[in-house]
Formats: sequence, structure tokens, C-alpha cells
Amino acid sequence: MRAADVIGFCRRAVSGYPLRSCLMLLAMAIGVASVVMLSTLGEGTRRYVSRQFSSLGTHLLIVLPGRSETTGGPPPMMGQTPRDLTVQDAMALTRSTAVRRVAPIVVGSAPVSVGSRQREITILGSTAELLPIRNLALSLGRFIPAGDVSRAEAVCVLGHKARNELFGNRSPLGRFVRIGERRFRVIGVLTRKGQSLGVDISDVAIIPVASATALFNTESLFRILVQARNRDAISRAKRNLQEIIRDRHEGEDDVTVITQDALLATFDRILRTLTLAVAGIAAISLAVAGILIMNVMLIAISQRTAEIGLLKAVGATRGQVLILFLVESTLLSLLGTAVGLLLSTAGLLVLRQMFPEFPLAVPWWSPAAAAATAVATGTLFGMLPARRAAQLDPVTALAEK
Amino acid sequence: MIRLENVSRVFQVGGESVHALDRATLVVEKGEYVSIMGPSGSGKSTLLNILGLLDRPDEGTYCIDGRDTTALTDDQQATVRRFKIGFIFQFFYLVPRLTAADNVGLPLVLAGVAPHERRHRIADAMDRFGLADRAGHRPDQLSGGQRQRVAIARAVIMNPAVILADEPTGNLDRTSGDEIIRAIESLREQGMTVLIVTHDPHIGGRAARAIRMVDGRIVSDRKGQA
Ligand SMILES: Nc1ncnc2c1ncn2[C@@H]1O[C@H](COP(=O)(O)OP(=O)(O)OP(=O)(O)O)[C@@H](O)[C@H]1O
Ligand SMILES: [Mg+2]
Repeated sequence: MRAADVIGFCRRAVSGYPLRSCLMLLAMAIGVASVVMLSTLGEGTRRYVSRQFSSLGTHLLIVLPGRSETTGGPPPMMGQTPRDLTVQDAMALTRSTAVRRVAPIVVGSAPVSVGSRQREITILGSTAELLPIRNLALSLGRFIPAGDVSRAEAVCVLGHKARNELFGNRSPLGRFVRIGERRFRVIGVLTRKGQSLGVDISDVAIIPVASATALFNTESLFRILVQARNRDAISRAKRNLQEIIRDRHEGEDDVTVITQDALLATFDRILRTLTLAVAGIAAISLAVAGILIMNVMLIAISQRTAEIGLLKAVGATRGQVLILFLVESTLLSLLGTAVGLLLSTAGLLVLRQMFPEFPLAVPWWSPAAAAATAVATGTLFGMLPARRAAQLDPVTALAEK
Repeated sequence: MIRLENVSRVFQVGGESVHALDRATLVVEKGEYVSIMGPSGSGKSTLLNILGLLDRPDEGTYCIDGRDTTALTDDQQATVRRFKIGFIFQFFYLVPRLTAADNVGLPLVLAGVAPHERRHRIADAMDRFGLADRAGHRPDQLSGGQRQRVAIARAVIMNPAVILADEPTGNLDRTSGDEIIRAIESLREQGMTVLIVTHDPHIGGRAARAIRMVDGRIVSDRKGQA
């Protein structure tokens, strides 16, 4: 029997029983579409998180005061802070050749006023390096000038929202704001960046670190942001940072260094696993579809016993009958896969329309895996009915009406 | 051509053995036209099924062209059916979703005959049985007589040596039945060996050789025109 004839015969068997075929197609299609859709959502989530992380800046390390028990984990929620981090600690870190930039950070909250308008906003004390480390950009003016970090210059850079609240549509450049008891000249405005990992950096005022320590009357830093030279230098930078601080703190390991890449890698791993798990759960629906195919094929065979008897009477071998019914269920699962892929494409189109910000991306393996699973289950579950058909006794088959 | 020696077929029905065929012996030469008659349940269909290799005897030997068929595997039997035997049934057994032409061509498809050759042979066969204008019709669009003619065309498409017809007119009215009998009789002129089971004494009587069965045994075998 020729391959083209086998396919032709099976194609007509599929179209000859439209209701049955549509049902099986639908079951397969839903299975395939859910594998593709769910894995796409999983992959999208992974990309979303990784994008959020990289918006923090690249090759970032964060030095926090206080020691955490598990290295690389999140900072401890409780526990004493034995020794404060100071601006001098931060500047010492630049000694490491693995480090490109260092930005000490002091955080506090203070009333900020322009004329009669007053707001309580977050004050960030830092240096010129903060701009490149945190990947910030200016919409107006310039950032805090580089130079002597101990100079408490009275200048400030406003976040997008802070500027709107304080100045409205007027240009704030060169004007003065009162922060606490001091007057600061506005020299720049940040672009709208919104949230980045939960920190609203649009409602802030950034001032030189020395001005901030004077304002809040404290020497201790909130944290130090460090940018490594490159990806490979991150782990060396981490070691160096710990050594330098240990030297300066009389041999005490009293800081925690978090690397952004380690955090990101952890999230990445978790989300990849999650995507696979979700796709796996969806694949179970394909197995259900496979069982449906088996049932429907068994019914088809009991309805078509006379046909099978006739095929045998006109010279079909067992092998030929087996192939004919196996190809029929394979063909159905192939068609189901095609419909399922179309369905998921349509579904993704709709999702893209609804959530244009979300980075939906079909992982390369998911349509392939869905299709392979669908066809494999269709063929596998088609095996039992096909064998039953092949083994039918022709006389009994023809006698049944 | 066909040699059946002491062939028995026993069915177990509820602990009881039914001898559907009881030591039947029969020799049919090439080109013979044989009618088989007998009361219902006398084993006519069982005999035909064994002759057509759809069923295996429990005892005895059956040779086609001097070859013992009982030793053949299932697949070898299928090949013999494909090339040497054509079936015509009471209930036609056409595949409902296929056109008349595709039903006729089914044995060719199973035998792997190339499409262009198939087309010629199908067209010839359809023509011969007056179905030329029905090629594209599906079975449910044909009359009973037409359906049976499609089945006859299918039976002869492989040019088999033996035609086995089990009550081919059993489901037809008189006129179309006569038409079918004439068509089957015409096969003989091609040198095909024909065995036809019938309840109609008129049809049975027209055969050159008439066999009568009772209770699984061949009780009379009349040769020569009645
Ligand atoms: N598959 C089977 N299982 C059990 N008994 C069977 C089977 N096939 C046939 N028989 C029995 O064998 C006997 C012969 O049956 P067969 O069909 O050959 O008769 P027949 O002469 O063709 O009858 P009819 O004229 O009614 O078609 C009957 O008694 C029947 O009941
Ligand atoms: Mg019968």
C-alpha cells in the first residue's frame, strides 16, 4: 500500500465522521494551546523579573551593615548592627581593582518646601557615581558634581514626581528648595522611571552625601552600592569588599555583601523551574486527550467492524489494518496540534493587546514539546485500538451489522 | 483448482458443538459455475468462508491450485485473497464515505497499484457493469442493484480466479436480482470460477453444477444442465 494512499484513506476517515473528529481535535488543541500559553506566561514572568533587576544597574553589589548568617542571602531582618558603615569605608572600597564605581547611600526623610508648598519626601545622600551605577538619567540639568565627597555642597537633584509636586510646570533649575534648615539649589531633574523593584525613585531629592550626613546628623550609611568592572570581576569584587571592610573594622566580618547577579540567578532558576512545572501540568491535559483519542477510536472500530472485515476480505493484511487505524489517530493528533498552535497564537495576540508592557515570549522548546507530546500520545493511545482492529476475525467482523 | 477434502468446522455454542461443516469434500475445476443451495443453517456460508480463506477448517485439507492453504500464515492468506479471490456479499459491504469508484478501487489501493493504472482499471470495470455515470456517487446515493454492481466491480478488479458470492440477490428485488445474476454469469465467460450461494431455486437451477447441503454435509452434487 502506498503512503499517499494510506494518508488519503485516513484523511477521508477523519472527514467522514466530522463530529467525532472535531471532538478529538478540540481535546488535543486545548492541551497543546495550554502548554504553549502557560510556558509563555512563565517565560514572560522570568523576563519581567530579570528586566526589573537589570534596571537597577549592571554588575551591582550591595554592601549592607550587619552580618547575615547565610552568605549571599537577603539581609537579616533583626539583629544588632555592630559597627556602622561610613563614607570613609565606602571610599576605601575603590582600592579594589575589581571595582569600577562606588556610591555610598544615606537615606532619610525630611520636609521639603518651596515657598508655601511643603512635602515630606525621601532624601537620598550620595555621590556623582550613583547616576551610572543605578542607571539613572536626567531630563533637565546635571547630576551632583564629582569631586571631594566631604564637601557638603547645597545642591540637589529632584525626582520626576517631586519636581511636579513642588514646582508644577515651572522649570526648577537654579531655584532653591528648603530641606530641613538648609536651602539647596536645584541643579537637575531625573527622568520618569517609576518603580524599580518596589522603590519609588520618582518621589526623591538627591543631595551630596556630606550634606545628608549633616542634615540627618549621622555618620552611618544606609548601604553602599558597588559596580564591578565586569561580570567576571563580581566574585573577586565581593571578596575584596569583605577584606577591605574587615581590615577597617579590626578584623570583624560585620557587613553583608549581596551580588545582584546571584539574586537574579536564583530568581531565574526558580522561574525556569516554575515554567517547566506549569508546562508539565498542562502536558497532563495532553495525556487526557490521548485517552480520549483511545476511547473514540475504540468506538470508531466497533462502529466500523464490517468495514474492517471487508478490508480483510479484499486482501488487507493485519499490518495494513494496523497502519490504517494508527495513521488515523496520528493524523487526528497532528491536526489537533495544528489547531492548538493556531489557538495559542491567537491567545497570545489577545494577551499582547491587553498587556503591552509584559514581555510575552514563547520559549523555543514549548511548541515543539507540545507538538511532540501530542503526536506521541495520539499515536501511543491509538496503538491499542489499532491492534484490536488488526486482530478482528474477518468472519465475525462481517457478521456484525 | 479447488480441492476440499473432509473439511469440518465445529462451533461451540453454549457447551454444545455445532457441526457447521461436516467432512465436506468438493472439487471444483477452473471455469466452473457452481450453485450452492440448502436450508438455512446448513453451512453454506461457512463453506464459502473457508473457500475464501476468511475462516480456517478445524479438520481436513483445502488446496487452491495444488497449494495447501492450511499451512499458510495469516498474511500469506491475505495475499491469496487479494490476488485470487473476489467476494460478493448479500449486504454489499461498501465503505460509506468512499465514492463508488473508490470502493471499486479499494483492492488496488491495498495492493499498492499506482494511481494512473488504477484509474484505467476502475473506469473499465465501472463501464462494464453499467456504472460509468455513477463513479462519483457515494453508496447512499445508489440503488440496491447499483450498490451490488459496485461490489461486483470491486470483486473482479484484481482479476481473481475465483468469485465467491453469498446470496448476492438476497437483498434485492426481482428485477435488479436478475440483473446481478446476469452480471455474475458473465464473469464465467472470462474464465473465472464462480461459486454462488442462493435460496432461489430458479437461480440455482440455471447453474451448470448445483450442490445441495443439509446439516453441514454435501448431500447432492448434480453436474450438467437441469
Ligand atoms: N460464528 C459462529 N458461532 C457459532 N455458530 C455459528 C457461527 N457461524 C455459524 N454458526 C452455525 O453454523 C451453522 C451453519 O451456519 P451458516 O451461516 O454456514 O449457515 P447458512 O447455510 O449460511 O445459513 P443461511 O442460509 O441462514 O445463511 C449454523 O447452525 C450456525 O448457527
Ligand atoms: Mg449464510
